[in-house]
Amino acid sequence: MQVHQQTSEHSDAIDLMVNMGPQHPSTHGVFRLVIWVDGERIVRVEPHIGYLHRGSEKICESEQYNQIVTLFDRLDYVGNLNNELAFCLAVEKLTETVVPERAEYIRVILCELNRIASHMLFYGVYGLDAGATTPMLYGFRERERVQELFESVTGARMMHNYIRIGGVKEDVPADFEKNVRKLLDDLKQGVEECDSLLSQNEMFLARTKGVGVISGDEALDYGVTGPALRASGVVEDVRVTDPYSIYERFDFGIPVGSMGDCWDRYFVRVEEMRESIKIIEQALSELPKGEISAKVRRIVRPPAGDVFIRTESPRGDLGVYIVSDGSDKPYRVKVRPPSFANLQALEYMLKDTYIADAVLVLGSIDIIMGEVDR
Amino acid sequence: MILADIIYLFLKASLLLSFILVVVLVLTLAERKALARIQQRKGPNRVGFKGFLQPFADALKLLTKEDILPSSANKRIFWIAPLAVFLPGFLIWVTIPMAQEVVLSNLDMGLFYITAISVLSVMGLLMAGWGSANKWAMIGGLRAAGQLISYEIPFIMAILSIAILAQSFNLKEIVDDQGTWPFALKQPLGLFIFLTAGLAELGRTPFDIHHAESEVVGGPFVEYSGAHWSVFYLAEYMNTFTVAVLTVILFLGGWQSPAMPFTGTLQMIVSLIWFLSKTTLVIWLIFWIRGTYPRLRIDQLMSFGWKILVPASFINIFLTASVLYYGLGEWVITIISLLLILATFYFIRRGSLSKTKQDTVRVIRADDIRAQLSSGAEG
Repeated sequence: MQVHQQTSEHSDAIDLMVNMGPQHPSTHGVFRLVIWVDGERIVRVEPHIGYLHRGSEKICESEQYNQIVTLFDRLDYVGNLNNELAFCLAVEKLTETVVPERAEYIRVILCELNRIASHMLFYGVYGLDAGATTPMLYGFRERERVQELFESVTGARMMHNYIRIGGVKEDVPADFEKNVRKLLDDLKQGVEECDSLLSQNEMFLARTKGVGVISGDEALDYGVTGPALRASGVVEDVRVTDPYSIYERFDFGIPVGSMGDCWDRYFVRVEEMRESIKIIEQALSELPKGEISAKVRRIVRPPAGDVFIRTESPRGDLGVYIVSDGSDKPYRVKVRPPSFANLQALEYMLKDTYIADAVLVLGSIDIIMGEVDR
Repeated sequence: MILADIIYLFLKASLLLSFILVVVLVLTLAERKALARIQQRKGPNRVGFKGFLQPFADALKLLTKEDILPSSANKRIFWIAPLAVFLPGFLIWVTIPMAQEVVLSNLDMGLFYITAISVLSVMGLLMAGWGSANKWAMIGGLRAAGQLISYEIPFIMAILSIAILAQSFNLKEIVDDQGTWPFALKQPLGLFIFLTAGLAELGRTPFDIHHAESEVVGGPFVEYSGAHWSVFYLAEYMNTFTVAVLTVILFLGGWQSPAMPFTGTLQMIVSLIWFLSKTTLVIWLIFWIRGTYPRLRIDQLMSFGWKILVPASFINIFLTASVLYYGLGEWVITIISLLLILATFYFIRRGSLSKTKQDTVRVIRADDIRAQLSSGAEG
């Protein structure tokens, strides 16, 4: 056994260096965390990323704009539609395309459903991180329902390629409204079930309260966004503070925590699912008839220039920066993935915690490696 | 003569082993089915009728898998460890009675023997952790050692108060002593301590810290595969059964039933059925807990053990002994224990509630934020 000969400051014990990942069941993908432990206590951590690097941004430069949408599907593979939306919004802003109302509403409905599906996945996996097996099945059951709807609308369960530049691929099926309403009823009940199963569980509270605390100022300094930032008490949601698409039309709530610990990060997401349901209900009742796509040329050639757009993906502030040289392919595409920035705060959050906490803190940031490594 | 004795003993032991194996096979399936029910799915339903042959398929798969020896492992310790975990658990069964005459050897010091032997299995877990030459396995092994040794104390103390009550270490006499009232009614606190410490001894949820999949990747078992791995799980399920059986014997009146109109062989069979159904109830409780709770952290586990269970078990012994010494009615123990349990729960809950159950997350209406933003922009 290889023992790391480094003595920590506060004791004469020898630290043990262990590799958590890239093949560890609770690193949510291929993330590697090198941990120096003194017994059970973490002395130092060193995150390593890059195991899933596919060069997505570089590939974008050799693809036509329409083809890039599928690449964005594969960044955050749990919140696909939100990623597609971010890219399409950027190109639409560059080409000054006006998207038809119906398409906007369909986009919002699907993106919010996607947010619920993503948070449900988080809920299930977080339960598993904490050692409870049942939440995973509950979370996945609800997510499966959402994905069934996605399949009926887009034809694919995960890599949808449904939101296109100027609108959406095709109109929703005839029974879309009915299906979504039924789905919402199921989801409402599902969220309540999930909430009552785990949120106030005495042991879960003991495990997550006061663990991995990060203050609002620190979180902002690290560039943390999304639910992780809101859990620290900062009111920042791109859907409200810098609205895109048609989000300024809806009445919904922004859950904001105050402790900045794991439980707040967890519960902010549970509340967000409830708020997303409200958005979908409003959007569904206002869903207009009409075109589903603007008149966009088959090969998009935006004028030379650059554009930056930020959207609220399930994980946080997703930014897309595109530089166009006037040709049918972008000169440069830069993605600002929320998971990547949130992951930076991990080292800070893991100060003075236990090995078991490392798993929970990492889980509470809800990283998707496809997005971190791109 | 001696040879015949040896053969007879050997036969009895083999019978016991095969009984245990069958029980383990049934338990693996039962657990998967029970968990599936809790989790709203069907569980294994492909192999055989409704999946009833699934355990055999599992066993076959495990036995035919390659046994991998890590290159830097300590070979001898690595191979012996599964046996060192399995044997103590199996040896306990020598003295466990299942019905009036169904027992391999009715030891007078049965309880003492059980407590003495059951501690040994921690050796095997440590050996597995050390021999694997894997850091996660080592951490898991150390966790197991800490956990098992701490919870051994309340476990033994709870058993001891039963011995005081029954005035015997003999398991059969303990069961006979519960003819009218099972000890669960006289020792509610003891039952609570015994079950909690028993779960920790087993390393089952919420105390499955030493082989936590999401933390130490299976703990001491991480490097094992195939048959050797299956021996660990054989031991785990066997121990689950043992704890359930001990709970039934010590607290739920063993094979005692409200009425027994039969005699002879029929009586034995019926009491065996009673015994096994009571055991099933306890096992179901254990599965139920597994389907519901998350895992504790190691420091929380330790503080729960040393700050709550150990004092509670000492109080329980003191209570039982003094009530018996002063010749008070045994119902006094019941009432005081129940009060103690309630008080403990009340204080745990109040203590944790004041710390945790605040509304730390509030929902701010989007319109409020918008209004604030626009006024900020104007001003």
